Amino acid sequence: MTGIGWLQALILFGLVLVAVKPLGAFMARVFQGESTFLTPVFAPIERMIYRLCGVDPKEEMPWYTYLFATLAFSAVGLIYLYVLLRTQAFLPLNPQKFGNLAPDLAWNTAVSFVTNTNWQFYAGENTLSYLSQMVGLAWHNFTSAAVGIVLAIAFIRGIARTDLRTLGNFWADMTRCCLYVLLPISIVGTLLLVWTGVPQNFHAYETVTSIDGFHQAITGGPMASQEVIKELGTNGGGFIGQNSAAPNENPTPLSDLFELWLLLVIAAALTYTFGRMVKDQRQGWALFIAMSILFFVGLVVAYASEAAGNPIVHQLGVLGGNMEGKEARFGIAASSLWAVATTATSCGAVNAMHDSFTALGGLIPMLNIQLGEIIFGGVGSGLYGKLIFVILTVFIAGLMVGRTPEYLGKKIERREVQLAILFILITPLFTLVPTAIAAINPAGLATLGNSGPHGFSEILYAYTSATGNNGSAFAGLGPNLFYNVSMGIVMFFGRFAEFVPMLALAGALAGKRAVAASAGTFTTHSPIFVGLLIGTILIVGALTFLPADALGPIVEHLLMIQGKTF
Amino acid sequence: MNTNKTTDNTLRHLWPSVMFTLITVVLFGIVYPVVMTGISQLMFPTQANGSIVSVGGKPVASTIIGQLWKSAKYFQGRPSAAGNGYDPTSTGATNLGPTSKKLIDATRSAIAALKKANPNATDPVPMDLVTTSASGIDPDISPEAASYQAPRVASARHMSLDAVRSLIAAHVAPRQLGFLGEPRVNVLELNMALDGIHS
Repeated sequence: MTGIGWLQALILFGLVLVAVKPLGAFMARVFQGESTFLTPVFAPIERMIYRLCGVDPKEEMPWYTYLFATLAFSAVGLIYLYVLLRTQAFLPLNPQKFGNLAPDLAWNTAVSFVTNTNWQFYAGENTLSYLSQMVGLAWHNFTSAAVGIVLAIAFIRGIARTDLRTLGNFWADMTRCCLYVLLPISIVGTLLLVWTGVPQNFHAYETVTSIDGFHQAITGGPMASQEVIKELGTNGGGFIGQNSAAPNENPTPLSDLFELWLLLVIAAALTYTFGRMVKDQRQGWALFIAMSILFFVGLVVAYASEAAGNPIVHQLGVLGGNMEGKEARFGIAASSLWAVATTATSCGAVNAMHDSFTALGGLIPMLNIQLGEIIFGGVGSGLYGKLIFVILTVFIAGLMVGRTPEYLGKKIERREVQLAILFILITPLFTLVPTAIAAINPAGLATLGNSGPHGFSEILYAYTSATGNNGSAFAGLGPNLFYNVSMGIVMFFGRFAEFVPMLALAGALAGKRAVAASAGTFTTHSPIFVGLLIGTILIVGALTFLPADALGPIVEHLLMIQGKTF
Repeated sequence: MNTNKTTDNTLRHLWPSVMFTLITVVLFGIVYPVVMTGISQLMFPTQANGSIVSVGGKPVASTIIGQLWKSAKYFQGRPSAAGNGYDPTSTGATNLGPTSKKLIDATRSAIAALKKANPNATDPVPMDLVTTSASGIDPDISPEAASYQAPRVASARHMSLDAVRSLIAAHVAPRQLGFLGEPRVNVLELNMALDGIHS
């Protein structure tokens, strides 16, 4: 580890931190329907969308209607992308003449994008037409990110409102999120990325003969406009197979820093939006601080492990940190930082190959996802995930002191705790059960890229990433019918099964009366509470996943020290 | 929020689902990338078109994408798992884990091949020249990796070692803004400088 490596991490953190208040306050204004400096620009488009959709933005929805609108919209998006991928060969903007995707790959990719996962069993540069990239993948990058954000806003309203049964209007929230939050940042961001070297064109691939006499096809396409929303919306599905490790998606250390900022900034700023909407900024900062602590603990372990390198390689007479599967321009520090950031959020874009990380360096990304992707988390999904852990923490704290737990004036009763537990159980259920099935199934073992404990890690990482809707991979695991179909199912339930208890919980909270705070009320913005929250997150995650992790990365670490290979 | 009008008629939301999809596909799927392409082509035409380098009017490379170099007189890049080597239409990494026998065997052969190709090398073997990059089209090597190859390039070109070393020093890109990433050498630019080509 070097001081300059840490300086990169601290400067990134500083850049995110200074954006939290302005962006968070801006989002609060947007979702409360107030006017902002962008209103004159986008209000006409906003009104046009309402008119064409036949939507009254002032019409309020109870939780189940909000849920139904979310599911109906997602279903349309799922079918749309599936059909697009199955028919791209007959459609325009396909200069490389790529064929239609097979049904299982189209299913996997369609579910993957509608759920904000962006698992890559496809390799964009040799599979997808420019049209599929633009109107399929990039469009989903906008809308699936917006779905996550508006659900978090609905959840915040559930906490902020009293004695009401409604959570807002799904269509108005979606429209405002896309137009006022995602689009403006994407426009500025595209130009910044093009300036650093990311291509933005519609050319067919250009074959060149190199100075040393080799032929090479230079790939092109509208990459920058997709790259920016891929990071901003914590989507993570690359235009190019090797994602943000590919120099055309991420050409310089500066573009790398900007992309890292994009993938963290909305999730971080939403904690401020939360504080603003519940009229107590300290509540938002408490969440932010808890998450920052968990972020840096993970980074210390991952960075130290990668910098120490692979002792088995050292025995061959080359010294230094682990550079297998990393890019020279990023090196150890920026690659470790990215691996932690992309799994703390639900982004899943990569600038280095997690599969080739050292055992503990690879454990941290996996653990980050297993903890529920709430260390900043996915856009929106991170915030409601965090708040559900807050409710659980308040409940546990209440049990310890023997009082009825309450959070921000709402009594946390039996129904709320049941729904919170139901939500938390979804991640282990859809991670561990399919992992066990794949590990004893010939089809599950057929496409592993590694043997020994690392092979098991590949399976565990795949279902962890799918359930968590992350999308990063131990990418040695290859696609086959078994994984295309089963991971599609896991991604689907990992996303949509969580919506039901989460929105039901929001609905239950919205309908409650506020109780005035008394001397016995447990403060939820104190350092003690931050500590309790971190403890709850770690205990739940550790109890659930440590046995499985022990069979993969942890035992691999012990064997790596002894110099064992498989 | 300023009204208590509510709706329980869930089926009414099917139509907006279809319409919202159609409108936003046009806005974010077509208008946004097309307009951004237009602005990018006006403001940053070189980068937007892939940072292509031409020699004698013919395109030979992109500065951001690594290439295969085999002649002894050129500096070589890192081991690549992209297609048959440095294929941008088939980017890839080995994805081999730290306890993989294949990884250790491949690293061992890479070290042996490197030593054989550079019999006069005096530096320690640089890590990045015997490990595969993440993209398979990594355009850069570390300054140590360039220095390691300097004696071979010098003897293949009948140049003095000092001349080659000073050329390397002139092409080391420092950390961006002083703290970002790692110091690196763009293999294409260094090799073009050796040939006396200036882009």
